[in-house]
Amino acid sequence: MDALDLARWQFGVTTVYHFLFVPLTIGLGIFVAGLQTAWHRTGKEHYLKLTKFFGKLFLINFAMGVVTGIVQEFQFGMNWSEYSTFVGDVFGAPLAMEALLAFFMESTFLGLWIFGWDRLPKKVHLACIWAAAIGSNLSAYFILAANAWMKHPVGYEVVDGKARMTDLWAVLTNSTALAQVPHVVGAAFIVAGGFVLAVCGYWMLRRNAPMWRSAARAALVMTAVAGAVVAGTGDLSGKLLYEQQPMKLAAAEGLQHDTAGAGFSVVPGVEIPKVLSFLATNDLNATVQGTEDLQRRFEQQFGPGDYRPDPAVVFWSFRLMIGFGMATVGLSVLGLWLTRRRREFPRRLSRALVAALPLPLLAVIAGWLLSEIGRQPWTVAGELLTAASVSPGVSLAEVAVSLGVFTLLYGALAVAEAVLLTRHVREGVPEPEPAPLAEQRREPSLMY
Amino acid sequence: MIDLWFVIIAFLWTGYFVLEGFDFGVGLLAPLLSRNDAEQRQSLHTIGPVWDGNEVWLITAVGAMFAAFPAWYSGVFSAFYLQVTLILVGLILRGVGLEWRGKVRNPAWCDMAVMVGSGLPAFLWGAVFADLLFGSAVAAVLGGAFTLTVCVLHGAVFLALRTTGAIRRRARVAALAAGAAVIPVAVLALSKLGTFPALAAMAALAAATALIWRRREGWAFTATAAAIVLSTLAVFMELRVRPLPGLTLAEAASGAYTLTMLSWIGLLALPFVLLYQGWTYYVFRKRVRVAA
Repeated sequence: MDALDLARWQFGVTTVYHFLFVPLTIGLGIFVAGLQTAWHRTGKEHYLKLTKFFGKLFLINFAMGVVTGIVQEFQFGMNWSEYSTFVGDVFGAPLAMEALLAFFMESTFLGLWIFGWDRLPKKVHLACIWAAAIGSNLSAYFILAANAWMKHPVGYEVVDGKARMTDLWAVLTNSTALAQVPHVVGAAFIVAGGFVLAVCGYWMLRRNAPMWRSAARAALVMTAVAGAVVAGTGDLSGKLLYEQQPMKLAAAEGLQHDTAGAGFSVVPGVEIPKVLSFLATNDLNATVQGTEDLQRRFEQQFGPGDYRPDPAVVFWSFRLMIGFGMATVGLSVLGLWLTRRRREFPRRLSRALVAALPLPLLAVIAGWLLSEIGRQPWTVAGELLTAASVSPGVSLAEVAVSLGVFTLLYGALAVAEAVLLTRHVREGVPEPEPAPLAEQRREPSLMY
Repeated sequence: MIDLWFVIIAFLWTGYFVLEGFDFGVGLLAPLLSRNDAEQRQSLHTIGPVWDGNEVWLITAVGAMFAAFPAWYSGVFSAFYLQVTLILVGLILRGVGLEWRGKVRNPAWCDMAVMVGSGLPAFLWGAVFADLLFGSAVAAVLGGAFTLTVCVLHGAVFLALRTTGAIRRRARVAALAAGAAVIPVAVLALSKLGTFPALAAMAALAAATALIWRRREGWAFTATAAAIVLSTLAVFMELRVRPLPGLTLAEAASGAYTLTMLSWIGLLALPFVLLYQGWTYYVFRKRVRVAA
């Protein structure tokens, strides 16, 4: 165990944890904005109640996304100083753009939304939640563009041992990023959809109010549409892997040797012939490279070393991502069918929606493990090894202390967040109020 | 181009310290000045709509350092590893404390988290910058004491400016006490820098204390803000020459292409940021009263 291992663990722990909250923020923000828009359009009281109810859950979660995100930004400098020095010129640009163009907008307008209920004109107030929600989606774009560059570096040249950007536009329109952004943002909408559905399912089991049905139907549509986007861009990502990250594709498939007309292995031993070749290239008989043959080629190209990512993690995370993701989307499509033409939600469906809560979260975790462990041993594919990226001056003890501190703190906060969310879901929405809202309370309804 | 980006980064850090400075002060003072939950809420309400946006100044400053001077960014944060870890712990505690306060059963925990989470970074940022400049433990403690007391003063003046009633009175007393504490600390800490902005910062702090005595809260706040601007300026004037031991800005800088691209984006985006953040302060310009 050395500082490198611990730094990798720290990155893994903090990133996976951060990414439990981020997708919920991305999807739920738009969902809440949609609810508030529905209230403006129809004037129906129950949309306002839903806006405030889900708004509160959104804010509890938003806090966690923000505070864990700050750690991410500093971590590159703290644990990965060699990486940061090598890539800052290219990788730093989308990060700086995120803060400047997206994050300022998100935080500022969210503050205005929380405290502006009785102080801003209704339309301006509605615009604030949209600005905040669009900000977090824009944020996702810049971060994913930076991340995509690590897997498929473009628009740069290496000068004096440092990457120098030569084309910002190429970095921002990296084919990997363009496939990854809708894939990940779509997954975020599935996570948020699954969350809303579990909450609505819980309430439909307790009390049959039409309000929950309308929210659940909206979430079903959102999840199903996002499912189509995720599946489509997932396919596209597979084709890009074939060209750009063949090692990841081979490891994800457990394919050891170059194979023409390669089959898709569902689980070890169960294989559908030729499907992998078709998925990767749209050609049934194309040759897909295998890990062992790639290893040989990489050694010739980059010198001795092991260029294969952990085969079991990559293989299984790929299957779990697809399995959990498809289960969630499948459930939402089934739900849409069962509740078509104003049919009630069957109790069994509601129960299934509650039980399915963890599935999309597990799917996105598996997705990141596939994506990030799959690119090992590189931090920047073909340019910089993970082992060469770590901070040289940082000691094992320092990384161990911060890893311990963050893990403990994150664990405690996870419990607190779960308790808070559960309690507020159980409290539900207030019963019909006697007086119109504006007269009744001067305090903002969402406040500290 | 390198100079321009150094100025932008100094500007972002200055914005961060001026804005989050009063956030930190309010977070530290609120539990001390409030006698009950309504007053605590009144105090925190003054920063409620803005603190999150204020914190983005830090995120932008650090992101800009990463993009424009990668070696500086990675050098500073790997060198001050444990200090930065503690700052992050503070910012985490503070963030969840502020956001969750109205949503938990026992808000005392959140108040404690906000207090610790405001105090840690308020002290440690000063310690990190002083250590970066002078490389000594004494300087670090002095620098930390300076930023901590300045944040308390800045926050007390802000509270006095933004509230009514008992909190406003107590905040004024707290500001006078903080002013009395900050001046000797500032003399010790800033005289190490010795430049004109450092001396002017001392004068501004003295002026702020006098102005709060004369109940000119708006002007006092302007003076504390000016003191923070001047002392940050003094620090960055030193850093300009030597951003990190053994490193020059030119060596740390990104390529001309990246800096040019970032300049265009920064120059287009920053006015909008200033505009809508300014608008936030305008929307919430009324003094915060105790909730019924």
